[in-house]
Amino acid sequence: MAVDNETVRKVAFLSRLRVEPEKLEETKQEFNKILSWVEELNEVDTDNVKPLVSVNDESLTMREDVVNAGQMSEAILQNAPAQEFGYFVVPKVVE
Amino acid sequence: MAEYIIETPKGKWEVICGLEIHCQIISKSKIFSGASTEFGDDVNENVSFVDAGMPGMLPTLNMECVHQAIKTGLGLNAIINKYSEFSRKNYFYADLPQGYQITQFQYPIVGEGFIDIDLEDGSSKRIRIERMHIEQDAGKSIHDLDPHKSFIDLNRAGVGLMEIVTKPDFRSPEEAGAFLRKLRSIVRYLGTCDGNMDEGAMRCDVNVSVRPYGSDELRTRCEMKNVNSVKFVMQAIEAETRRHIETYESGGEICQETRQFDPLTSSTKAMRKKEFAQDYRYFPEPDLPPLVLDDAFINKIKEEMIELPDAKKSRFINKLGLTSYDAMVICENKEVADFFEKAAEGHDAKKIANWLMGDFFAMLNRKNLTIADSPVSAENLGKLVELISKDVISGKIAKDVFEIMADTSEDPEKIVEERGLKQVTDTSAIESIIDTVLTANPDNVASYKAGKGNLIGWFVGQVMKQSQGKANPGLVNKLLKEKLDQ
Repeated sequence: MAVDNETVRKVAFLSRLRVEPEKLEETKQEFNKILSWVEELNEVDTDNVKPLVSVNDESLTMREDVVNAGQMSEAILQNAPAQEFGYFVVPKVVE
Repeated sequence: MAEYIIETPKGKWEVICGLEIHCQIISKSKIFSGASTEFGDDVNENVSFVDAGMPGMLPTLNMECVHQAIKTGLGLNAIINKYSEFSRKNYFYADLPQGYQITQFQYPIVGEGFIDIDLEDGSSKRIRIERMHIEQDAGKSIHDLDPHKSFIDLNRAGVGLMEIVTKPDFRSPEEAGAFLRKLRSIVRYLGTCDGNMDEGAMRCDVNVSVRPYGSDELRTRCEMKNVNSVKFVMQAIEAETRRHIETYESGGEICQETRQFDPLTSSTKAMRKKEFAQDYRYFPEPDLPPLVLDDAFINKIKEEMIELPDAKKSRFINKLGLTSYDAMVICENKEVADFFEKAAEGHDAKKIANWLMGDFFAMLNRKNLTIADSPVSAENLGKLVELISKDVISGKIAKDVFEIMADTSEDPEKIVEERGLKQVTDTSAIESIIDTVLTANPDNVASYKAGKGNLIGWFVGQVMKQSQGKANPGLVNKLLKEKLDQ
């Protein structure tokens, strides 16, 4: 499987990464290298092997329904690029 | 059942509709963090580092959210999946700090189920549930504080949600409305979601397409997101149906898109034309292993299940003799049903139902109270009806007694005793009033005897007036006739 420039542009958009037009070709080649490397895995015989959902073989631990976090808006907002009245402030997003 | 067919000069159409409903789970803390779920707290105070999407923070599943989801699943008559998985749904939005939503995709916790809805003509219809999964809610964006900025509050980010997806079984706005009311009633009975659509605790996405009546084709559908009341859902279906038909009949095509319903104009408009089709790139959530439940866990929840509206309704019809309509109205709200049962204990249930749905609800409305704050207790309403049944007071006096109860919260027996409102059933006392009335009105007596039989009503009125409403009307009628017809 090989990707084309259009796919690279789409993946970059979905990831909100800027890829300059002159870097497109180079990025495409990098993608394809990675993909062909991963494709080697197809040679492994996986019949009779259960799909791996997690490399962590533990079962899920659950917590009790207790409030033990929060009440720290100052710390939460500390890295915000902008804040006002306790809110995070971002450039207007209107759908 | 009355069919909803839209007829135009060019043909007949029917609507195909499915719903997706997000229900906020009632729990103290969030689904993957220990921050509070309290609504209306100070901005960004109920946010942990997990909810804020800080690097390295790991989600831990709240057992109560799983419990609530299974309970709801059982209430939807659905299969509980002992194996389910969490997935990441990737998208960028300012109120989703992680850049993805933890949800369930391929393996939801609840599988197929159904809800029976009651329609206005007395019929019912089964609406199939496709699935229900659990996931985290996003934060809240406020767009109208500043022309160039959006404000983000993450208090809601990470609150547990149950997303219920129906099959496309709705054929009219009425059916969708009945379904939402029924679902709301069920989750409120179970205490798994408070069901308030105006506060966003229950939110509805509506999918609509149309087809020529009688055909079985499936045409392109459009989705209207976050319609926030039962009434608006019904109006949105109506408006979108109309738009599709008009488009097809004028030779146009419908394209699959997300639209928004505007209650002010009762119409829908396109929200955004996507550059690409939505591409959420779901993949298994690496931070959470699969959720594996054992029978003991599920069975324990089964034992906690209470009587739901449908079962209660049929019991009220079959055991207490209510009409189907009365039972439906009373059972929609658990507090009302409980109040009714308490009031009806040992008394005439049908009469209690009449009082409840008549004077009682009118009184609550007038005083702007909920049933929990009612000045008239269930026991006292039961006593009042008993006083009428035993002919201690007349129905007319009972209305006055009820008003006093509503103002003072007093026991009706005490009110009747202290104010001397007991019905006069003593024959000689009534006879003496009748004699006074007849003696005072010889002309009317003569007219009656001459054939004006309908004057009897006037005589009854006079006797009742003289007795200050306390004479037993049946007895007055009987004795008057005896005297006049002598």
